[in-house]
Amino acid sequence: MTRTPLRPLARILHARETGGNPDLIERENIRRRHEVMRDEWRVMAEQRLLLAAFCCLVVFGFVGVRMWAIASTPVAEPVAAVSDARIDATRADIVDRNGRVFATNLVTHSLYSQPHLMTDPEGSADALAALFPDMDAARLRGWFTGDRKFIWLKRRISPEQMQAVHDIGDPGLQFGPREMRLYPNGALAAHILGGTGFGREGVQSAELLGVAGVEKAMNARLSDPATAGTPLALSIDLTIQAVIEDVLGSGMRLMNAKGAAAVLMHAHTGEIRAMASLPDFDPNTRPQPLVEGEAGDSPLFNRAVQGVYELGSSFKIFTAAQALELGLANPNTMIDTTSPMRWGRHRIGDFKNYGPELSLTDVIVKSSNVGTARLALEIGGKRQREFLDALGFLAPTPVEIIEAPGARPLWPESWADIHTMTISYGHGISTSPLHLAAGYASLLNGGTKVTPTLLRQGAPVAGPRLVSEETSAAAREMLHQVVERGTASFGRIPGYAIGGKTGTADKPRAAGGGYYEDKVVATFASVFPTDDPEYILIVTLDEPVETSGTEPRRTAGWTAVPVSAEITRRIVPLLGLRPSVEYLGDPEITLARN
Amino acid sequence: MRTLLYFLAIGSVVGLAYWAYEENFETQQALKRLRAVQAQIGDTREALAVQRAEWAYLNRPDRLSDLVEMNFKGLGLLPLTPGHFGALDQVAYPPNPSLEGELAETIEVSAGTGGRP
Repeated sequence: MTRTPLRPLARILHARETGGNPDLIERENIRRRHEVMRDEWRVMAEQRLLLAAFCCLVVFGFVGVRMWAIASTPVAEPVAAVSDARIDATRADIVDRNGRVFATNLVTHSLYSQPHLMTDPEGSADALAALFPDMDAARLRGWFTGDRKFIWLKRRISPEQMQAVHDIGDPGLQFGPREMRLYPNGALAAHILGGTGFGREGVQSAELLGVAGVEKAMNARLSDPATAGTPLALSIDLTIQAVIEDVLGSGMRLMNAKGAAAVLMHAHTGEIRAMASLPDFDPNTRPQPLVEGEAGDSPLFNRAVQGVYELGSSFKIFTAAQALELGLANPNTMIDTTSPMRWGRHRIGDFKNYGPELSLTDVIVKSSNVGTARLALEIGGKRQREFLDALGFLAPTPVEIIEAPGARPLWPESWADIHTMTISYGHGISTSPLHLAAGYASLLNGGTKVTPTLLRQGAPVAGPRLVSEETSAAAREMLHQVVERGTASFGRIPGYAIGGKTGTADKPRAAGGGYYEDKVVATFASVFPTDDPEYILIVTLDEPVETSGTEPRRTAGWTAVPVSAEITRRIVPLLGLRPSVEYLGDPEITLARN
Repeated sequence: MRTLLYFLAIGSVVGLAYWAYEENFETQQALKRLRAVQAQIGDTREALAVQRAEWAYLNRPDRLSDLVEMNFKGLGLLPLTPGHFGALDQVAYPPNPSLEGELAETIEVSAGTGGRP
């Protein structure tokens, strides 16, 4: 930049010559120079202002973008990220109808090793083998000195074992937390609960999966994190379940049976209050399924649900009730019971000859096959099949255990007249004791269908009507007569109106071809109280024989009925059913006064 | 005046910075406490679950019936049977307290009159 002098010599000299004031020239020049400087400064200031505005814009823009980002992203609370994983139980508890624990979770530990971190692989291998008898020192040594970086050693170890492994003191032996399913009641209700196993496994956790029973059927509900805090309430009453298993076990031993099953069902809601199958197992250490022999011999086999047997004469009440409902007979109608009855090349006989005719009530009371078969012929196969279908005998039961859908009843596809006759007294159709309980409940509760369930229900659901109230009441009265003066007289309990029907069916040979001579399935299906039906109890004994007499007795009246009566006697007080008034003078009562 | 404004601005910046730091610090502390409390809740829940499991285990029907048998001498507990139900009219009425009072008064009065010459 060329600097303009303030007093340019040429103009000064010219001004002096012409008598002008040279200072004016200087001032003029100073003014011009200042104007130039001012312009420069203004430009600079403007630039600074722009820069400052830009900085402000950047800062506010950043803040704005952050605010927008925070506002528009889904809420991710920092507290949620730090929450302890142990807080949330990964699998819901299972409780009985009163909240007593059937299945719960415990945190235990698993043991694994990382050989590359080990300080003394051989010593640790020996120490571990000494600690756990099922581990082999040579094999462990091979693992620990090999190339593998990670080895599972034990799925579940107890706190004592964990401390002992700690004491070995090798940094390569490590623990991961493991949730364990605990069934504190042991074998109680084992078939209902089923059991659990581990699914996908990680170091920090492992997935618990149901492998049988309710645990498997309700796996989605139990493992859903949204409902993990709410226990699953079953319809089972733990106390009653325990009593029934206890008495049934004693009865099974006393009657020399190889298996037994019992179902107690509420007649109006279909809730299963107790369901037992013996022999049973401990779901904490669930045994392996049998690889050979009959599945029914495994303790894992649930006789109450999976065991489809011909349940024998206990079916007769359905034939009688249908005849009443269709108006073909009333309880006093005389039925031809001339024995034996011939149908083609088949011959139907009674346990003993009951004479030429019996009233319908007596056909049930004395359990006449011939009388029932004749009634069934009058009803006809089609109507009989429809009736049994409506009662749920021709399809698997819908209860919430995984074994239920597989337990398909067996019945003849052709349903010829001879089948109609045999099915009327419970032969030729195989169903589970649970089917029988649901059928009895539907028939005797006043005539509305019930659906068996293992889950606690809020209110009774009235199903579609199958038979009229009157038919239901008449059927109950017939069953009451069976206990009062018929085949189930051992089933009487003073103070209570019990109704029931026995059923003794020969066992079919496993290899096929006819029936065993000396092996039966004895069933007693009962309802109480008969004047206001509340509960249905089914007791089934597999191959019972009662040997107190001179010759072995196998009929249900001698085997299943006394067991069922003892169960009933023990559970009625627990169910809150009071004996009738006439009975209350019992001297056992201690009179109280103050 | 201008100096005063500067000082005020600087002072307010320092004050706000202190406040922000304080808030931040307290938040961090609160989060730390929260973590601790949540860990404690987790531990307590775990302990509760263990207690519940133990309670259920100790109250399992097998064990209770064994205990009842072992202590039969002292307790004499038997399974509940229909015979244990009683009727309401088998329970004695409590003695009527108002009647008792009257009776006592009567005796007192009669004793009093009897004592007079």
